[in-house]
Amino acid sequence: MAGGAVILAVLVYLVYAGVSQSVVYFVTPAELLAAPAPGKTYRLGGMVQPGSLTWDPRSLDLRFILSDGKATVPVRHKGTAPDLFAEGRGAVVEGAWSGEGYFKATTILAKHSEEYKAPHDTAEPGYKELLKTLRGSEAKP
Amino acid sequence: MIIGAPEIGYALTVVGLFLALWGGAAAVTGARSGRLAFVASAERAAVAVWALVTACMLLLIHAFLTFDFSIRYVAANTNRGTPFYYRITALWGALEGSIILWAWMLGLFTFIVVLRYRRRQPELYPWVLSVMLGVLAFFLLVMAVPAPPFERLTPVPADGRGLNPLLEDSGMITHPVALYLGFTGFTVPFAFALAALAVGRTGEEWITITRRWTIIAWYFLSLGLLIGGWWSYHVLGWGGYWAWDPVENAAFMPWLTGTAFLHSVMIQERRRMLKLWNLTLIILTFGLTLFGTFLTRSGIIGSVHAFTQGSIGVFFLSFLAVVLLGSFSLLAWRVDRLKGQGELDSIVSRESVFLLNNVFLVAASFTVFFGTIFPLLTEAARGTKVSVGAPFFNLVNIPLFLSLLFLMGVGPLIAWRRASAESLRRNFLKPVLAGLVAAAVLRALGVANMLVLTCMALVVFVTGTMVLDFWRAVRARRRTGHGWAAATGGLLVRQNRRYGGFVVHLGIMVVALGVAGSQAWSHSTEATLAKGESVELAGYRVRFDGLAASEESNHFKVTGTFSVAHGTRPVDVLQPAKKFYPREQTPIAYVDYRLGLIEDVYLVLGDFARDGTQATVKVQVNRMVSWLWLGGLVLTLGAALAVLPDSRRPA
Repeated sequence: MAGGAVILAVLVYLVYAGVSQSVVYFVTPAELLAAPAPGKTYRLGGMVQPGSLTWDPRSLDLRFILSDGKATVPVRHKGTAPDLFAEGRGAVVEGAWSGEGYFKATTILAKHSEEYKAPHDTAEPGYKELLKTLRGSEAKP
Repeated sequence: MIIGAPEIGYALTVVGLFLALWGGAAAVTGARSGRLAFVASAERAAVAVWALVTACMLLLIHAFLTFDFSIRYVAANTNRGTPFYYRITALWGALEGSIILWAWMLGLFTFIVVLRYRRRQPELYPWVLSVMLGVLAFFLLVMAVPAPPFERLTPVPADGRGLNPLLEDSGMITHPVALYLGFTGFTVPFAFALAALAVGRTGEEWITITRRWTIIAWYFLSLGLLIGGWWSYHVLGWGGYWAWDPVENAAFMPWLTGTAFLHSVMIQERRRMLKLWNLTLIILTFGLTLFGTFLTRSGIIGSVHAFTQGSIGVFFLSFLAVVLLGSFSLLAWRVDRLKGQGELDSIVSRESVFLLNNVFLVAASFTVFFGTIFPLLTEAARGTKVSVGAPFFNLVNIPLFLSLLFLMGVGPLIAWRRASAESLRRNFLKPVLAGLVAAAVLRALGVANMLVLTCMALVVFVTGTMVLDFWRAVRARRRTGHGWAAATGGLLVRQNRRYGGFVVHLGIMVVALGVAGSQAWSHSTEATLAKGESVELAGYRVRFDGLAASEESNHFKVTGTFSVAHGTRPVDVLQPAKKFYPREQTPIAYVDYRLGLIEDVYLVLGDFARDGTQATVKVQVNRMVSWLWLGGLVLTLGAALAVLPDSRRPA
């Protein structure tokens, strides 16, 4: 019995420690800008604003703007974007607010899809629907 | 009204559904009233249902092969450019077809149950049949209502949309099949468990009968998980094999409880303990296979896998509720017959080690469950979307898995009931010393990562216990006049369950080493190279030699050529590519790699200049990843040995 209680206590502690060390809040650009906390890990989701994407192959600097229709956040990332990442499409980035006016992304997540989406499905994304699907994205480093 | 393949398929499904329902009800009636005519009718229904599902499957395969785009599912998952064998495997390329495959396997297993147990287990058999047919009826209901594979598409398009390019891979052919064999395989022990409860024969019988089913189901589930890792590794281009994604977790949870079940039934067979626990475990395992499907298909938790979503989630959740309520009511009704006859004599015994193994496995399953649904909990409680990622799962599960590894060394050798100090010393002193020496040597060699060090020392310890045990057994047989080969072979065959288990444990350890090594020692970098330029990583030099473009059957491909050298010695030429599918808006990376026992060189082509003068490449040197796949092979050998007919007793 005592052994069981010890095991249970250790487990509860592990779960508690695990949760407190690794929770990641999902925010939209508007939510992030309302209360930016530099250094805290967020998952930021929005649409890659058409025309905002720049890529410098030499320095591997990838810059773009994420938008939720209400606010926009400039994002910087080191390295190429994953497959399925493109302007006008939804993306979720994980990283932190730099405190200098941009979001520093460590990971870019794009959704893999089991089925093709016809081009017109994504050409005019409804922000609401887009955010609904993005909020569910899970990390794949 | 036109009558074509869609209508025929739908008709077959509906007839199958009613036959399954009738068969399930008839089997129960027959069992309760003792009127064998009902059981015989249920039996005929079971065979007919399997034939109908087979017909559905053949019909759909035929539609794929003949490009019958009047069926929505065919149009959505194939097009005229899809290669021949992917047109067959496109059958399970998406939800609706997967359900057919699942139902077909269930039907096949029901058929085998009919063949094997109609005479041998006259009392349990009708109940088993009714549970199997009940589950089958549910899947046919799913095929008839929320996920109809034969839905007609009007107007008929000239060409289909094609299979997702990521699924055009050998891993995607085998991974779902193995996984579904695992999922459906657990239905048989589950059905026998419920039958045992219904009849009131709650002894060891149902466990003995389904022993091999459990091992086979467990094996295929393990294989499915490993093949999934292989697919993720060589297709997705992020260099990893496991990401604690909800879809992966969904398959991992039943694996954990199934593994617990596989072990705890041994205690019941031997000591008649844990009756209630074993029944609970198999109900949970079966429930988790349904829950996984609910989780991934309902859309309540998003995943990178992004399956099709729809009302199917409601069906699975309702069925899960019915299954759990029904099973646990049955359990509660029979609870007075489920008192264990044996008792735990000592904490230092095989029983208690197995018990601990169960506690850890179920705890791991629970934490995976908790982490997976965590976003739902926080959203319900506080309205914010919060998720826990890989760090949570790693932090919580690594201590559990290391403990399990340790128990793997203790369990098979420690005595039943009560282990004496003398037997502990005899069995464990040398292996423990070997583990400690290994840790010291590895530390001296420069292995600094504590997790890897612990894992490797534990592996040496566990291997030591097994070698010692096997060596003693071989020596004992030698004394009775056998030669070396005869002694070893005879031992493996005569005690195939025990040594099959040993080999499976070896396989798990090889996988564990692969996981530890790859997490600790892999390297990765990214660089943009002009033609002739190179990048260095972990002793390798990767030079960009140029780009080439080509037209393939259903896509356009840009291939980069990179020569890889280790120091000054040329090793290989790798050709990662980007594939442009006309219907996809963004290209798909095609990874190229050189696999090795110690390390893989792994290249992903990123961006490139259109004139071919410059390309961005991601280079990874992944250590010991191959051990995962090797572990899978060892696991296969062990499982095969364990399911050989028991030669000591007539089966």
